[in-house]
Amino acid sequence: MITLLITIALVGSNMDNILKQGVVFQVRSEITENPAIAESFSSVDEFESFVQTQIEQRIKTLGLDEPWYSPQRIGFTMYKILFLDFGHATFLTSDSGSSDVKEIILEKLPRTVLLFTTATIIISIIGIFLGALSGSKVGSIIDRITSSFAIISSSFPVWWIGMLMIFLFSFVYQIFPARATPLIPSSDPNYIVSLLYHMTLPLITIVMIGFGSWAYLVRNFIVGIMQEDFIIAKKTMGINQKKIIYTHALKNAAPPIITILALSLSGSLGGAIITEAVFDWPGMGRLYFEAITVMDLPVIIGATYILTVFFLISIFVADLLYGYFDPRVRTG
Amino acid sequence: MGSITHQEIKGEFFKSKIGIAGIAILGILIFTSIIVVVVTPVDTFKEWNNPGKWISYPKVAIPVWINLFLSEKIPEHKILDTPNVNYDVSGDISSTSHQFGINFDYDDFPNDFIYEFSAKYSGTPLLQMDVIRPDGIRLKLLSTSMPHSDSNSIHSERVFSTDDTIRKNLYLQSNKFLFSLSNLSSEDIIFSKTEKHEPLKGNYIFLINMYNNNSENQIQESRLIIGGKAFGIMGTDELRRDLAVGLLWGTPLALFIGLVVAIASVLMGLLYGVYAGYRGKKTDEVMMRFNDVIYALPALPFLIILSVTISNSIFVMVGFLMLFGWVGIAKVARSMSLQIKTRGYVEAANMMGQKDSKIVLRHILPQLLPYAFASIAISVPAAITTEAGLSFLGLGDPSFPTWGQILHDANTYGAAARGLWWWIMPPGIMIAITGLAFVFIGNALDAIVNPKLKR
Repeated sequence: MITLLITIALVGSNMDNILKQGVVFQVRSEITENPAIAESFSSVDEFESFVQTQIEQRIKTLGLDEPWYSPQRIGFTMYKILFLDFGHATFLTSDSGSSDVKEIILEKLPRTVLLFTTATIIISIIGIFLGALSGSKVGSIIDRITSSFAIISSSFPVWWIGMLMIFLFSFVYQIFPARATPLIPSSDPNYIVSLLYHMTLPLITIVMIGFGSWAYLVRNFIVGIMQEDFIIAKKTMGINQKKIIYTHALKNAAPPIITILALSLSGSLGGAIITEAVFDWPGMGRLYFEAITVMDLPVIIGATYILTVFFLISIFVADLLYGYFDPRVRTG
Repeated sequence: MGSITHQEIKGEFFKSKIGIAGIAILGILIFTSIIVVVVTPVDTFKEWNNPGKWISYPKVAIPVWINLFLSEKIPEHKILDTPNVNYDVSGDISSTSHQFGINFDYDDFPNDFIYEFSAKYSGTPLLQMDVIRPDGIRLKLLSTSMPHSDSNSIHSERVFSTDDTIRKNLYLQSNKFLFSLSNLSSEDIIFSKTEKHEPLKGNYIFLINMYNNNSENQIQESRLIIGGKAFGIMGTDELRRDLAVGLLWGTPLALFIGLVVAIASVLMGLLYGVYAGYRGKKTDEVMMRFNDVIYALPALPFLIILSVTISNSIFVMVGFLMLFGWVGIAKVARSMSLQIKTRGYVEAANMMGQKDSKIVLRHILPQLLPYAFASIAISVPAAITTEAGLSFLGLGDPSFPTWGQILHDANTYGAAARGLWWWIMPPGIMIAITGLAFVFIGNALDAIVNPKLKR
């Protein structure tokens, strides 16, 4: 809610100005299209005052005469948003041509989820195994490679690697398409295949940059846990190393890992703005960016709302899971 | 923690290899930025977007050093501005002659050539342009009279290789060449072998003579530009800007953004968290809920909204980045101060009646300093990449050439599609190197602060 309030506060006044200018433009263009109205006035002043009253009337019917911070308007907006009614977008439309914000978001959201959730899952799987492997053999070659890869990859911006990947794999070696938007209409049966094919390059990029730091995190947890007494006890009992790592150590590392997984899943939805811009992936991030550049208030609010809701839900879920995996934090 | 002294940290730090590597890279970066800031005053930063400054540079030229790896040398873009000047007076007629020597040693023809000059004269002097080729052939390029002026006035002009008179003059000398000159541009003819259309290597001399009957007349500035396809250490971009300059200017900017944001947000977070943790109870609760609210804000979308609606000045942007930077640190600082405040000496100080502010600043904060340094080092790359990301989206400060800005331009002009790797690679590598330096330092510090991760 507070996120929304801030968003509205930030873009509200600009939005009103744009809307008002839109009304003025509308009135003027109606008159130029219809020269009869203009001819019926004798003086310029009279004409101007007619235009002015017209504009004011329309502004009033739209409710723009009150400032954006008036409790009435904010309350009304908030109330509508609670029921997922975001109204109609001012400029943007969905691919199917609808300007209903809900439809636009519902169209874009699955694509972002498809790309980034897949990427996050792949990243976490690779990360957990690589992390467990290098955490169990501290100082080995695998450990060193993983750690240095993590450090190096964390300082490269994903979108820059994206540009390089496009340069390499779309133009030097023409394997993957440069633009991630499929050209086939969504009704075509081959659409899914095409979408997946277009998805490959962004997916590889995101995974490549992401899994290093994951592996490093998991490694650090495992290293910490491997020094605990119960693990050392198990070792002395002669239980084999693999079993210790995958059943006992990983289980103990699970709570923080799950928290990070939940956060990065929800964070991936919003943090995708730049990546989607590079790969031209028609998802939430690009929608958001487009909405902000043209100041399309309903879309901005809608997208922010959805992102924040996802974020809060995942924090909540992470908390619940944390309690499930780590009985120590349970109270009462 | 807390039991480690600062000397120990220093000692441990210089034992770790990556720590030293980080410091070394950082040292080089700081050294470069100091040189850049000293050599080029801040005002020249603004020249980045002034096309007039870059007019004599080539468009999308490849870096010069690429020639070292190629068997077929790409012609370099050459700007010659120190001619050999000769004056000659014979009777009534005096002549000023400017000679440019150029060693042409490439396997492709130059793009064009431009002669820029400004001359101070009265009357109607005659301007003649000739070129003496390595094979001894002398080609007449241009012979034209300059606009008449009665008084001593200054006249500036640019002679382009696309000039029709040059072409015509060359066609008149087509008997020197064994192949047809039609449809060839003048630079293709001048730099060609006589028997077939291939570049002729060797020393060329461009002669510019101004003949007139007034010995006071002279050419003041004179510059010959041989337009090539390679220029500078880093090449140029679509708008003819020298990328080496942009990259250099980006260094102090990136360090400034990264360091200011990191230091300020870590300080803010530390003070906030420590105070909340120390006061406890209601204050703690309220402050942490506020912290949670900011934590729940999606940072990047908000940064975009802020930069679109409020201002995209680089200084305001630094402020925005700080707003989102302190939250996580405040959380950790709070939990640390919760531990520290139960220690005996804090309680003793409290009982002795010391002021809260003094206890926080004197007794708790110093304990957190190692952690603070580690988190400053770790949050610098984040700040730099976030700023670069915003600039990449075109929301950066257009008056400063940051690395993100260069990449943004590269993306808008489709550098990836056109294979202009020298436009994409270096800014990203610079971002990564700067980030790496701080990550190295941060990791080395982190290993000392959290000894558990070592081994």
